[in-house]
Amino acid sequence: MEKIMMRKMKDNQSGVISAIKVGGELGRRIRDMGLVPGATVKIQGRAPLYDPVAIRVMGFTLTLRNNEADHIEVEVG
Amino acid sequence: MEAKIALTGNPNSGKTTLFNELTGARQHVGNYPGVTVEKKEGTYIHNGDKIHVVDLPGTYSLTAYSEEEVVARDFLVNENPDVVIDIVDAANLERNLYLAIQFLEMGVPVCIALNMIDAAKSRGVEINAERLSTLLGNPVIPTIARTGKGKKELITAAVKMAQERERKDPLKISYGDDLDEAILEMEKAIKTSNFLTDTYQARWVALKYLENDKQILSKGKGINPSVSARLEEIVEKVSLHLQRTLNIYPEAMIADQRYGYINSIIKQGVIQHKYDQNRLYTSDKIDKVVTNRFLGPIIMIAVLIALYQFTFTYSEVPVGWFESFFGWLGDTASAHLPDGLLKSLVVSGVIDGVGGVLGFVPLIMFMFLGIALLEDSGYLARVAFMLDRVFRTFGLHGSSVMAYIVSGGIAGGCAVPGVMATRTLKSPRERLATLLTVPFMSCGAKLPVFVLLIAAFFAKNEATIMLAITLISWAGALLVAKFLRVTIIKGESTPFVMELPPYRLPTFKGLAIHTWERTWQYIKKAGTVILGISIILWAMMTFPGLPGSRVQEFDNMRETVKVAAGETAVRELEASREETKLSGQSEALQNQLIIIDGKEAEEGLRNSVAGRMGIALEGVSKWAGFDWRTNIALVGGFAAKEVVVSTLGTAYSLGEVDPEETGSLSETLANTPGWSPLVALSLIIFTVFYAPCFVTVVMIVRESGSWKWGVFSMAFNTVLALVLATLVFQIGSIMGILVS
Repeated sequence: MEKIMMRKMKDNQSGVISAIKVGGELGRRIRDMGLVPGATVKIQGRAPLYDPVAIRVMGFTLTLRNNEADHIEVEVG
Repeated sequence: MEAKIALTGNPNSGKTTLFNELTGARQHVGNYPGVTVEKKEGTYIHNGDKIHVVDLPGTYSLTAYSEEEVVARDFLVNENPDVVIDIVDAANLERNLYLAIQFLEMGVPVCIALNMIDAAKSRGVEINAERLSTLLGNPVIPTIARTGKGKKELITAAVKMAQERERKDPLKISYGDDLDEAILEMEKAIKTSNFLTDTYQARWVALKYLENDKQILSKGKGINPSVSARLEEIVEKVSLHLQRTLNIYPEAMIADQRYGYINSIIKQGVIQHKYDQNRLYTSDKIDKVVTNRFLGPIIMIAVLIALYQFTFTYSEVPVGWFESFFGWLGDTASAHLPDGLLKSLVVSGVIDGVGGVLGFVPLIMFMFLGIALLEDSGYLARVAFMLDRVFRTFGLHGSSVMAYIVSGGIAGGCAVPGVMATRTLKSPRERLATLLTVPFMSCGAKLPVFVLLIAAFFAKNEATIMLAITLISWAGALLVAKFLRVTIIKGESTPFVMELPPYRLPTFKGLAIHTWERTWQYIKKAGTVILGISIILWAMMTFPGLPGSRVQEFDNMRETVKVAAGETAVRELEASREETKLSGQSEALQNQLIIIDGKEAEEGLRNSVAGRMGIALEGVSKWAGFDWRTNIALVGGFAAKEVVVSTLGTAYSLGEVDPEETGSLSETLANTPGWSPLVALSLIIFTVFYAPCFVTVVMIVRESGSWKWGVFSMAFNTVLALVLATLVFQIGSIMGILVS
């Protein structure tokens, strides 16, 4: 098991969120959408300019910018 | 009995569909005071009971970070609805329950609509509604909003709750020993001093203090600073402790525990997944193509062009009907009213003004039908996803593109629906920057001005110059947006954390209601503010008028030429109709009369308030190469940009010039000393950037919620335009480019 930031994840790679390292509005938005420690995420794809990234969590698709994904630490197998 | 029900739920949970299904056409759209969030209300008759339904804005949570969330929770505490119906997307139960349990924590009576159970089923998600209801202690009713299935049962359950009126204790979730202890301590302090307890539950206030909620903190400080300080002290203490021991902030802990609580509920036999949750559904397969690195942008360009074609091609016919109707109305009024001020007011002020504005109605209807189609189907979210990287560079958001395209990003749009289209943007700062810069696009009304000037001075390079104008307006808009975002609208970009909802077929009812709402809002504006402003503009171009002696002199001149032409020619001209072929003599007379009329109109215009402004402005505008005639035309352009052409016609004594046929005017300009290709270029630049037409300004005021931004856009854009035009003219003059 290895912990990496979400930005570094490859397409179709999945993992389990281990920490959200940001507070304030961004932290709240991330958590409100179900990105909390323990949630399984999978990289669905990236926009044509490689940013933002689309991820799959709890059965729905979510987008975030790379610099926002930088605050999310994921444990990948 | 009468009951008040509030609809809440996540965006894309089918909330609006349910609202439309319940209230149909019996709905009223307004704004919450002080914010730009829409307030939708309607009524539903259930077994003879009148039920007042309020559609609260869709939210994922109840923080104080967005206007929508604050509006929703303020409504719940201030208006005290009898029941809250929380619409939950059955296919996304976990995330949707996150909002539901926050309502339960507030202690409001909640009835849950488990919506889109059909879609959930097709995704292999089976939900035991009864089990969920028992575990939550609240009614859970399965529904399919788009077919109306479950609607009756839902309302019956909600009305029953309203009648019973039993207020249950708010839900208490355990947030771990440290936080639970702090909450208890805070609750005690809150209860003993009745701190905010007349509006909020004590435990809820404690939670909000732990979540560092700006709104509740400032309310608390205002009401009782010492209790507030005491609470903050407790928060501070537990926060430090949590950070030391678990490296986590209280608000993060609270969110984690809430999801933990939801998990513990749905694991008790509430939900069954037949397939892997992350398997690809049809919607994801579509996305593989539609947001593909190569195909995605191509499809997007095709869709945007199609939207544009759809709007501006198909609306042409109804726009034509409106134009001919108002043309007929104007002619009828001219024929029946006696010559004089009243006639001028009715025909040029009221009918031309309001007619010009109502002429946009079909355009706005088509535009919003197209946008609603893209939005409701889910495609708009994909456009935002694909373009965000580009627009973010300029401090904007991926969704900004729609507003720019509509406003004339492809030459020939209109800034009025463009400004209205910024509503699809949920980020306040990005939205403001977008709606202030869309007026720079080449709207359909600026085109006649460009065409006139290009025909007069750049006839050989027409296509190149038009393309250059389009590029200049895009570059200008994006750079100004960037400038605004680092100066007066500065601030962090709003997080892009956004759902890509599954593709859905929009419902006809939803599209119809959505389109009609926007159109009706626009029509209401046209009837009030816009009518007033068009009368003021008319007055500026009419008063004070020529002194009586001067009018007499023009009458004398007309008499003189008539006498010189002889009685037969005069009689022939008076008896003639438009299509009659005139004899040489009376045609000459007609031309002489037209020249005199034109001279009189020119002098009248020059003497009017607008004319005097034009002359007064010459001191400044000469640096950009404009004389008083151009200035008057530009002042007139505030009414609508194509008026620049007709006013220039009057100022050059050609009478009113039809913006569609500018041949004679271009010839005049090309041969008038003082005009040069450089002046034309400077005027083109000025036209791209200066103050938006007043209809756009009115819409900016409406959409930004403040007159401040309307005034700002007029002042800022005009100054910017003047600076740019002056630069062009001065640099060109010094370097001797295009001077003749």
